[in-house]
Amino acid sequence: MKTLFTELRTSLLLMIVLVVLLCGAYPLAVWAGAQALFPGKANGSLLVDKDGVVRGSTLLAQNFSSDRYFQPRSSAAGNGYDATSSGGTNLGPTSQKLSDSVKAAVAAYRTSNGLGSDAPVPADAVTSSGSGLDPHISVANALIQAGRVAKARGLAPDKIRELIAANTEGRDLGILGEPGVNVLRLNVALDRAAPAK
Amino acid sequence: MNNPNAWLQFALYVGALVLITKPLGLYLVQVLDVQGRTWLDRIVKPFERITYRVCGIDPALEQGWVGYTLSLLIFSLVGMLMTYFILRFQDHLPLNPQGLPGLAPHLAFNTAASFTTNTNWQSYTGESTMSYFSQMVALAIHNFMSAASGIAVAAALVRGIARHSARTIGNFWADIVRVTYYVLVPICLVFALFLVSQGIIQNFKPYTTAKTFEAFTIQVPKVDAAGKPVMAADGKTPVMVDQSVDTQTIVQGPVASQIAIKMLGTNGGGYVNANAAHPFENPTPLSNFFQMLSIFAIPSALTYFLGRMVKNQKHGWSVWCAMFAMFACGVLVCWKAESSGNPIHQKLGVSAADGNMEGKEVRFGIFSSALFATITTDASCGAVNAMHDSFTPIGGLVPMFNIETGEVIFGGVGAGLYGMLIFVILAVFIAGLMVGRTPEYLGKKIEAYDVKLVMLVLMVLSATILGFTAWASVTAWGQAGLNNAGPHGFSEMLYAFSSCVGNNGSAFAGLTAAPADGDPHWDTALGIAMLVGRFLMIVPILALAGNLAGKKLIPSSAGTFRTEGFTFIALLIGTVLLVGALTFLPALAVGPIVEHYLMGAGTLF
Repeated sequence: MKTLFTELRTSLLLMIVLVVLLCGAYPLAVWAGAQALFPGKANGSLLVDKDGVVRGSTLLAQNFSSDRYFQPRSSAAGNGYDATSSGGTNLGPTSQKLSDSVKAAVAAYRTSNGLGSDAPVPADAVTSSGSGLDPHISVANALIQAGRVAKARGLAPDKIRELIAANTEGRDLGILGEPGVNVLRLNVALDRAAPAK
Repeated sequence: MNNPNAWLQFALYVGALVLITKPLGLYLVQVLDVQGRTWLDRIVKPFERITYRVCGIDPALEQGWVGYTLSLLIFSLVGMLMTYFILRFQDHLPLNPQGLPGLAPHLAFNTAASFTTNTNWQSYTGESTMSYFSQMVALAIHNFMSAASGIAVAAALVRGIARHSARTIGNFWADIVRVTYYVLVPICLVFALFLVSQGIIQNFKPYTTAKTFEAFTIQVPKVDAAGKPVMAADGKTPVMVDQSVDTQTIVQGPVASQIAIKMLGTNGGGYVNANAAHPFENPTPLSNFFQMLSIFAIPSALTYFLGRMVKNQKHGWSVWCAMFAMFACGVLVCWKAESSGNPIHQKLGVSAADGNMEGKEVRFGIFSSALFATITTDASCGAVNAMHDSFTPIGGLVPMFNIETGEVIFGGVGAGLYGMLIFVILAVFIAGLMVGRTPEYLGKKIEAYDVKLVMLVLMVLSATILGFTAWASVTAWGQAGLNNAGPHGFSEMLYAFSSCVGNNGSAFAGLTAAPADGDPHWDTALGIAMLVGRFLMIVPILALAGNLAGKKLIPSSAGTFRTEGFTFIALLIGTVLLVGALTFLPALAVGPIVEHYLMGAGTLF
């Protein structure tokens, strides 16, 4: 009984010490270091326009659906691109629902980008990402969309391809991961190159 | 598989892992010895001394296995109760700028069990459920403590093996304090800052509202003046109305500090729902690489610690090699399955060269997603950078089978090593039976009592997984949680219980364990599964440690089975796979295996 009491006392005291250290001092130390060294990133990589209005985060996808913009991957986060409810469809490989949505997405993608009825469609263009907030699309996907955007904006296709290249994030260290085009940054660059009339 | 870049990534990962194994292993030898010396002594020693003094701990006083176990259980209980009450009453506690309400009892129980047991299964959506205080205190404390406890148990077992004619296996309090102060905190401080440099957030601001470039229309349930959803004439389907959305609410909070320990401590509980798939938790391929490395860092180093402690480094490396061989096979199978993609979708026009991208992020691609999935389930981490539920059947079978081996392929911090040592003892026992001699392990006789403890661990775990899965699959509450039909629905249940008993925490995440109608069955069953998986494993293992420590050394002879080299590695792998395969193959056959053939035939559910 005495042992139990001592053990309980030690547990409680140690828990208090560790809470102060690990739940107080540790995150505060990281916070101080992060705010001093990388303030932009520590606060969400926010994209702020010239009027000081926050327009999004360069790390998070937001919805673009008009022909004038590059379109991100479809999103299963909340009702779509909801950054407080991240997640994927979690539909399995033999899901009827998933198959139906892929079928519809393939048809829509071919129509809006003027592809033939048997042209292969990039997988990332017709599937949802794991987070529902994937900021990137594949380079192949961007190049297919380039024609549509060029036409809608009256810009030269070469100029669009230039912007795609400028907003492509390559593999880290030249090896890690896959290259992706940051849709939000690309669309901002588009607006800058050809402002809305 | 014909992507040379992916092979390079794999080589880089393995190379980095091998490089850190010895230095970190040697460091652990010093940390797990109260007399040990490290280069951090000058900074950390004063904190360590003050902690001992405040808490009344005598670090030099070693405990027998009963005392050690008692300390661990009481400390875990205190932590679990603290978490439970913080979650229940978070609305009355500080640092809750979003004004989030307290959690329901079953969800608070499930979450408290989950974090105490190093599982970090999450029945909730982090960003819309947990206040900053709950994240930082109720959850983060266990990220450190469950990791430290796991390492402590592994160290106690290794001491039991290394010592002879001894009555004690170490001091629990000194073990967890030293592991936390000398290993977890210093590495996390550096790691967290690195993660911020990649784009992970670390602040205490309320969520930011952004004005998006294009407004779009969504359908939401219509609510009446009292905030209740309006139902259609049939009384079941809610009436939907259009709502225009022109803002995006961006999550903020102290994320980086939590992600660092979540990976290093093989916890895996995400700050946000999408876990390491979310750009705020895992922004770049580089952050992804170091997160994967940090999962395996301590488990890999512990094999070196084992070799050093039992004065047989070849034995340590042999265990490492057995783990590595199974890890590499898992990666290759999962990668092959995911890069082959889904023939059903390919028939609809999806490019076959791209593989299965459903639930995956473009920046990671197929290979980094398959590698991450294998690592996180080999270890008891459970963080995910892609949704396992949407993997191809064979791609999803790999993570599930990894968990069902008992997570001994490097495994969780500490848990991987003590789990693997159970198989080592079983392998030695089987080898002894084959040659007709009393089995010996590192100079000690393995006797009936030891083998009974080993079998107790193995049988409790598999019986819990299969028993609960069977129960869930024949009840209404079990099926109500499913997101997929057909064999994939069964896989969701099998994965959930495997993950919880194995203290992994990853999921076929379509499963809803905390349904809107408040049915507590899933949460409660999974919570119990997690507690069984953790503590009914740890207690027999500590008993085994105590028993081994007390044995006398016997000189090795020509008939002694050597616990190093190729024969031993092959026997060890064989034991792990046979136990895993024989126990779980029938269940896997009705889940992912049959689904694989149905996918080939184009069957949909």
